[in-house]
Amino acid sequence: MKTKGKVTGIVSNLVTVQVDGPVAENEICYIDLQGVKMMAEVIKVNGSTASVQVFESTRGLRGGDSVEFEGRMLEVTLGPGLLSSVYDGLQNNLATMTEVFLQRGEYTDPLDHEKLWEFTPLAKPGDKVIAADWLGEVKEGWLPHKIMVPFSFQGEYTVKSVKEAGQYNIDTVIAILVNSEGEEVPVTMTQRWPVKVAVKGYKEKPRPNRIMETGVRVIDTMNPIAEGGTGFIPGPFGCGKTVLQHAIAKQGDADVIVMAACGERANEVVEIFTEFPELIDPHTGRHLMERTTIICNTSNMPVAAREASVYTAMTLCEYYRAMGLKCLLLADSTSRWAQALREMSNRMEELPGADAFPVDLSAIISNFYSRAGMVVLNNGQTGAVTFIGTVSPAGGNLKEPVTESTKKAARCFYALEQNRADQKRYPAVGPLESYSKYLDYPEIREYLNETVEDGWVEKVLRAKNYIRRGKEASEQINILGDDGVPMSYHVNFWKSELIDFVILQQDAFDSIDALCPMERQRFMLDLVLSICDKDFDFEDFEKCRDFFKNLINELRQMNYSAYESEQFWAYNETVKKLTA
Amino acid sequence: MATKAYQRVYTKLEGITKATVSLRASGVSNDELALVGGKLAQVVRTKGDMVTLQIFSGTEGIPTNAEVTFLGEPPTLKVSEQLSGRFFDAYGHPIDGGPEIDGEPRPIGGPSVNPYKRRQPSELIPTGIAGIDLNNTLVSGQKIPFFADPDQPYNQVMADVALRADVDKIILGGMGLSNDDYLFFRHSFETAGALDKIICFINTTENPPVERLLVPDMALTAAEYFAVEKNEKVLVLLTDMTLYADALSIVSNRMDQIPSKDSMPGSLYSDLAKIYEKAVQLPTGGSITIIAVTTLNDGDITHAIPDNTGYITEGQLFLRADSDTGKVIIDPFRSLSRLKQLVQGKKTREDHSQVMNASVRLYADAQNAKTKLENGFDLSDYDHRCLAYAKDYARELLAIDVNISITEMLDTAWKLFAKYFSPAETGIKQALIDKYWVK
Repeated sequence: MKTKGKVTGIVSNLVTVQVDGPVAENEICYIDLQGVKMMAEVIKVNGSTASVQVFESTRGLRGGDSVEFEGRMLEVTLGPGLLSSVYDGLQNNLATMTEVFLQRGEYTDPLDHEKLWEFTPLAKPGDKVIAADWLGEVKEGWLPHKIMVPFSFQGEYTVKSVKEAGQYNIDTVIAILVNSEGEEVPVTMTQRWPVKVAVKGYKEKPRPNRIMETGVRVIDTMNPIAEGGTGFIPGPFGCGKTVLQHAIAKQGDADVIVMAACGERANEVVEIFTEFPELIDPHTGRHLMERTTIICNTSNMPVAAREASVYTAMTLCEYYRAMGLKCLLLADSTSRWAQALREMSNRMEELPGADAFPVDLSAIISNFYSRAGMVVLNNGQTGAVTFIGTVSPAGGNLKEPVTESTKKAARCFYALEQNRADQKRYPAVGPLESYSKYLDYPEIREYLNETVEDGWVEKVLRAKNYIRRGKEASEQINILGDDGVPMSYHVNFWKSELIDFVILQQDAFDSIDALCPMERQRFMLDLVLSICDKDFDFEDFEKCRDFFKNLINELRQMNYSAYESEQFWAYNETVKKLTA
Repeated sequence: MATKAYQRVYTKLEGITKATVSLRASGVSNDELALVGGKLAQVVRTKGDMVTLQIFSGTEGIPTNAEVTFLGEPPTLKVSEQLSGRFFDAYGHPIDGGPEIDGEPRPIGGPSVNPYKRRQPSELIPTGIAGIDLNNTLVSGQKIPFFADPDQPYNQVMADVALRADVDKIILGGMGLSNDDYLFFRHSFETAGALDKIICFINTTENPPVERLLVPDMALTAAEYFAVEKNEKVLVLLTDMTLYADALSIVSNRMDQIPSKDSMPGSLYSDLAKIYEKAVQLPTGGSITIIAVTTLNDGDITHAIPDNTGYITEGQLFLRADSDTGKVIIDPFRSLSRLKQLVQGKKTREDHSQVMNASVRLYADAQNAKTKLENGFDLSDYDHRCLAYAKDYARELLAIDVNISITEMLDTAWKLFAKYFSPAETGIKQALIDKYWVK
């Protein structure tokens, strides 16, 4: 029998409920507001009083209103049809809602129950299977979507029967399994999973051993992120966080992309589903939207659902990872998620940690980042979830709890800098403060040496060193004046400007420059380094400046030209002549 | 607001703070309105049978035996065409001596638009001010604040922008407006002959601060009526959002909530987002554009109010006094319109975004030259040219008193490039140089 309760207190979206039976932490309940059922989640229990966070506006709710507990945690439905959908943080399908305004208590089904899928069996009667093993597959867009033994199944099962190939809807029983007690268990194309629990169902989680290409030079060349790796992008507002994240979403080399718009602007989400259906995935030539799922909980949507949205997004990624696919999760912004935690903690009158955030913030963040990673499945194949989160530090100050906690958890750090943004040096990722710990991984170094070119990582480090030397030179020039320093300082400064303008900066709105494949990145870095390695001497610093400005201009025109086009080689020729 | 005969009247207050009162009552719904000793109040917390009410006009003079009646509904605004041309207080009552509005009552602060039902903003809002149109182009459905120090003429600029913009309705939400500024707005709207498309909700410094909390929701409820039901293009002006946030912190403080950064409530981000996210481009053609003002304390944008605002809005327009020209300019470095690329080069000339970037980059070089000069170093020829360019650029394009078309702005920029620089120094794409360079 379901536990029932009565509302006894309301502060904004925190409601206290007097309960008549057992309740569990994170259990879902529905509050009845004059016939409208509003979903809520238990976040604290004290005696027979449960504090629940309501995923809706509590306007009009009264003391004494009835509450019914569901005996389950917040779950998502997993099955074919998740891709190209637009969901809210609780996995309601936003596209099938009819009204212009979001209606309280309106929950829509995440998946289409009518649609028929072309099913092919992969398992056969007599097979021994465990949770997450593949029973069959359907084609979702161009991806093989595996139908798996539900993640919640414990122990070993024997396959009794599997449907023959054919067209079925998602509710069709496609296999019957027998458990160790001899009971028959039917399996359909869908399963449910609680979002706050990590999906296991893999053999091991090794260290990542290859990089995920994004087409963004400042990432791929300077600080690459591994497939199955984690990274984060902190930056003050107006530094191009969103543009950078959209570039990664458009160009990232992944089979599945889940974008969690967590407490961010609605117009940015609109931009995604206006532009993505038009755009073509550079790796497969298919429409981008076919591989993309959007979890959208914009800043004006209920706060509690904001917290749920990142977990929902992660669970979808883990589901596709279990099919042996490469997934990329982008969450914009994890600070909004942390603020949602802060609002609840505050209303529950918990003792606050730094900046009034809950004291376990750091643990919650690192726990979430740890759900990413490359895994070896039970059948030996691999899958990966790469996670890049953005952080919106208050006042642009990186010494705040969310940035500091995230820094401990994420392996790549892409620091967006205000002064680079002010100078329109986009993407404004600071070359010296940012880092990728993957550059230290022997397996990643080996991978880069094999796939890009021998000695690649040394070249990248050498480029960073030129930038560092340029920065030191520029500080000296600022102190001592143009005439007060030897010519070598000017040359060093301009060499770093050369790397800055040609490699670091990239025009995200130019059709050619926006996407720079690894091969082209290799060519450009080699070219720029070959120039930097030369010795230059000039009569005066103005000649030096004019020479490099001219050179930078030619190299930038190269970036704007199609790779290996006539124009491209013409500019390359001019560069050669200039530096001969 | 008349009380109904059958309503229960409570007469025993258990607690009074400067902004709230609490009492024992039953059957009270969250967010509902009440009258406490004749003053309007709203339920903000229920704990068992203890109800806390926020009194909009302050609790001065409220005795513990004040009569309390609950009205059974959240704050509403009566909406109809009759709103046009009228001035109201924070409760939606006329303050212009005209009759009450006849219309359907709508709860204010209603639900948000399903993001999937929105359209991508794509209509340019020209203002004639180059610091905006050229560098930070505005788009309908956008939300953007002016960041300005209190001594800057932000209300004047906002009134100019509103009156030049091609919109069907202008709705002003004034919070903590000085009486002089209120009269200024009223006068500018009247002299522009635009009164029939204006609606104002005004809370002046003479009114209690907590009343301000109603103003944005009132203005936006009216805006939603015209945008959603009449498919009109509505421009909402909100000034000054800093004073709105201050009122939020007063209430939160009186409710014993733990403050976060700068003594603001922990929910500041969500509270502000709820307002700004009402900006929308609807599929039926109607739109709500929000231009707000956030006053700064000595240019400090790291304070919680401008900081949270910056993360919510689609850019910001930064006003700064320029010492070179003695004019107030729109700062090209700190200002940003996030939606500009939706119209630049699409609704404007193809060279727009490259010209904008080049002109700002050269202006940045001028700032570096200025630093060198201040530090007592010799300037190069390029530095001198940059400095001369910066002066012209600030006077002819960045100043807020500029009023020209976007094509004229682009031509002016090309003229300045040719006057001071070589094509290579601008770093603009060759194809555009070939077409537009002034020889």
